[in-house]
Amino acid sequence: MLTITTAHYLVLAAILFSLSVAGIFINRKNVILLLMCIELMLLAVNFNFIAFSRMLNDTTGQVFVFFILTVAAAEAAIGLAILVVLFRNTRSINVEELDRLKG
Amino acid sequence: MENLYLTIVLAPLAAAAVAGLLGKVIGRIGAHTVTIAGVAISFVLSVIVLRAQLGGAPIYNGPVYEWAAVGRMSFQVGFLIDHLTALMMAVVTFVSLAVHVYTIGYMRDDPGYQRFFSYISLFTFSMLMLVMSNNFLQLFFGWEAVGVVSYLLIGFWYTRPTAIFASLKAFIVNRVGDFGFLLGIAALATYTGTLDYSQTFANAERLASTSIEIFAGLHWSLLTFACICLFVGAMGKSAQMPLHVWLPDSMEGPTPISALIHAATMVTAGIFMVARMSPLFEHSEVALSVVLTIGALTAFLTGLLGIVQQDIKRVIAYSTLSQLGYMTVALGASAYGAGIFHLMTHAFFKALLFLAAGSVIIALHHEQDIRKMGGLRKHLPVTYWTFLIGTLALIGFPGFSGFFSKDALIDAVAHSETPGAPLAYWAVLLGVFVTALYSFRLLFVVFHGEERIDRHAKEHLHESPAVVWLPLLALAFPSVIAGWLTVGRVLFGDYFNGSIVVLPEHDPLRELRAQFHGPQEFVMEAFKAPALYLAAAGALVAWFLYLKRPDLPARWQQQFSGVYRVLINKYYFDWLNENVLARAGRLFGGFLWKVGDETVIDGALVNGSARTVGLVASVARGLQSGYLYHYAFAMIVGLAVIIGWLVFRG
Amino acid sequence: MIAGLLFYAFAAILLVAALGVITTRNPVHAALFLVLAFVQSAALWLLIEAEFLAIALVLVYVGAVMVLFLFVVMMLDINVEEIREGFTRYLPLGAAVALIVAVEIGHVIWFRSQGLAFITTPTPNPAGYSNTKALGSVLYTQYVYPFEIASVILLLAIVAAITLTMRRRTGLKVQDVAKQVAVRREDRVRIVKVEASTER
Repeated sequence: MLTITTAHYLVLAAILFSLSVAGIFINRKNVILLLMCIELMLLAVNFNFIAFSRMLNDTTGQVFVFFILTVAAAEAAIGLAILVVLFRNTRSINVEELDRLKG
Repeated sequence: MENLYLTIVLAPLAAAAVAGLLGKVIGRIGAHTVTIAGVAISFVLSVIVLRAQLGGAPIYNGPVYEWAAVGRMSFQVGFLIDHLTALMMAVVTFVSLAVHVYTIGYMRDDPGYQRFFSYISLFTFSMLMLVMSNNFLQLFFGWEAVGVVSYLLIGFWYTRPTAIFASLKAFIVNRVGDFGFLLGIAALATYTGTLDYSQTFANAERLASTSIEIFAGLHWSLLTFACICLFVGAMGKSAQMPLHVWLPDSMEGPTPISALIHAATMVTAGIFMVARMSPLFEHSEVALSVVLTIGALTAFLTGLLGIVQQDIKRVIAYSTLSQLGYMTVALGASAYGAGIFHLMTHAFFKALLFLAAGSVIIALHHEQDIRKMGGLRKHLPVTYWTFLIGTLALIGFPGFSGFFSKDALIDAVAHSETPGAPLAYWAVLLGVFVTALYSFRLLFVVFHGEERIDRHAKEHLHESPAVVWLPLLALAFPSVIAGWLTVGRVLFGDYFNGSIVVLPEHDPLRELRAQFHGPQEFVMEAFKAPALYLAAAGALVAWFLYLKRPDLPARWQQQFSGVYRVLINKYYFDWLNENVLARAGRLFGGFLWKVGDETVIDGALVNGSARTVGLVASVARGLQSGYLYHYAFAMIVGLAVIIGWLVFRG
Repeated sequence: MIAGLLFYAFAAILLVAALGVITTRNPVHAALFLVLAFVQSAALWLLIEAEFLAIALVLVYVGAVMVLFLFVVMMLDINVEEIREGFTRYLPLGAAVALIVAVEIGHVIWFRSQGLAFITTPTPNPAGYSNTKALGSVLYTQYVYPFEIASVILLLAIVAAITLTMRRRTGLKVQDVAKQVAVRREDRVRIVKVEASTER
């Protein structure tokens, strides 16, 4: 139990991922929280990549993590910019009020 | 030579186009001049062709123009000029020319003058295309074209509801016949791969032994099937029972066309077609038997109807039906030559009868009811004498043209071995009596006896102008002498050797041919046969009933009212067509419209599918709530389900 | 052994931090919890000898992205009280779905890995392994094209963020140089006939 295998990392990533999914679903009031849960999800995925990369002795996984970091940063920036504009227009960050695309 | 044939066909067409399209511009005189010139050119050239053929010119069978080629089948326009065609061409153009001249007088006061001339020229073109054709496609084209022009001409006075009804009836009944015709052509084309006559004829024996399955378990020889289908077409066009119902109604059209189309030419197209297809029919005894039986029934039964008609044109119409039946009987008895010969003589005297009737009609200011005529002999002498000549030819008075054709026909049927020949023999023999009866009835009631003419019409009563009685004379001559002059060569000679094929075992004219020694002898022989005496008996009975004791017909009508009612209702064929078949057709059409079209296709399929899409969409729309967390939740649930299914299956 | 204990410690704190992110009322607290989570992840990655990425995580994510988050949270005038209502309504359903997903993945890892050795054996430690060196040797040779594209993506993010949030001040007078240079004499000067006045 004490020897750390790849399986440990994978399970950890799985739990982290499901926690962040629950977070998206539970959170109804705060758009920022939504973005933070997305960051958590990306973190969980990064765990997976690194674990498998070490296991298979292939650096490709870690290169991919590198790019995920990049893209996640870009996406967080743009997401927050959108959020700011949204707040300017609607003066609220309540997720329940964002239903304009209703069918 | 090909240019000659093209000119024969195209001259009336060009004239029809000019008269039809430029009618207002060139006026009445221009219209009739150009069309008469066109038909006259055709007539002169046709006579030249006939003389060439009689002189021994070779048969011309050549293409003119290839219209289309589909796969290995080629659709062409071509001409086949042999003795049969040459005879038909001469007859058609001669009668057409006579009718054209006659029309100048008959339609003088009609506002549609130019249109009429255009139509009858167009008809001449169509009929010539039909008889000169060398393949089924062109035959069918001519067939349909004469049907269309007949429709246009029957409904010429299109403001009259009866005329419109009659024209539609003619066209629709013809259509029924054409359906069979097309089936026959299609059957032949499928099994021979060609529409050309000569190639089809070459395959005749092979086709006779090919067997096809009509319905499950019912096998027929292909040739029998095809020939019967072709004959159905002939039944429509040549008005054999039960497709005869249109011809009496077609009398709604002006009298010139009754003479041209419904006596001399269009209705004979069916007879011509069967004769042309003799190489095929000869190999199918079943088909010949069908032809014979239907012809016999038509000949006798329609003749009976002629006795009770009160309209002058209707009597002659039923006479035409009866004579067409005679021609069909001849074809069925494999005496094709006799049938065509009767066609030729009939064209002359029946056209004559119609035109003479037309002369009577315009003399009495368009009165057609024979009960309002009588004693016209003194007032319309030329008309009377030509009418008498026509009548004598019709009943087969010895020496006149009708005599030769009819007697030969009856003899041929007597010698024929086609199944059904005995019935046919009695039908045509008794038909002679009936023919004489109604013909002389008409003559006596219209021209003899006491005058029952309307007083106003009587004041203007005078003989018709020359343009009217000159064609009558022109037609009277051949009615008298055409038979005498041509019977030797045409009927008993080798005239049709290249055109008509008769298998030796069928040939009923063989014996007659052996016994034939010339027209005079033929006339003498007639006194030994019963036909002559039956005709005389018919004439005598007519004289007795309508001149001596005119009260008798009225009394018998009341005594035998049941029989009379059947006759006056034309054996209830019209009732059947209008109330059963037409109504069933309309009901079916209405059903297809209301249920099939509106409910099923429009309602369920088109609108229904649109509505279903709308319904489904409005339900599925609920999924688009607009909330991000709903979407995320849906994604996650989907993910859980898929992983679960992938992990836990099997 | 130490490595094992360290792993469990870091993992526990990570999970607590993640829970904190989603359950806390205050958005600033949530951001700080997230920072904690990232730092624990970096530590875990150090344990698995991905040191470059661990440091990059701290520098980039914590240093830049989380600071940005905090900026935005504090910039927006958020009404804190109304934010946390209705939390417990959706908790059971969300928790259930999350649990199902976690259990499924765990099931796959533990029981469906078909005894793949590398899942259940400890990860090997190659001698003289330098994560930075390994990454560098691959990144600029094999993956140089994605590398360049990643830089373009960052450029894109810059441009997008600026474009989205730029406001135009109304009533500002700005010079349009192109128009100024393109002015013609006829647009500015108009000759009106004026009577020449002379002293007479």
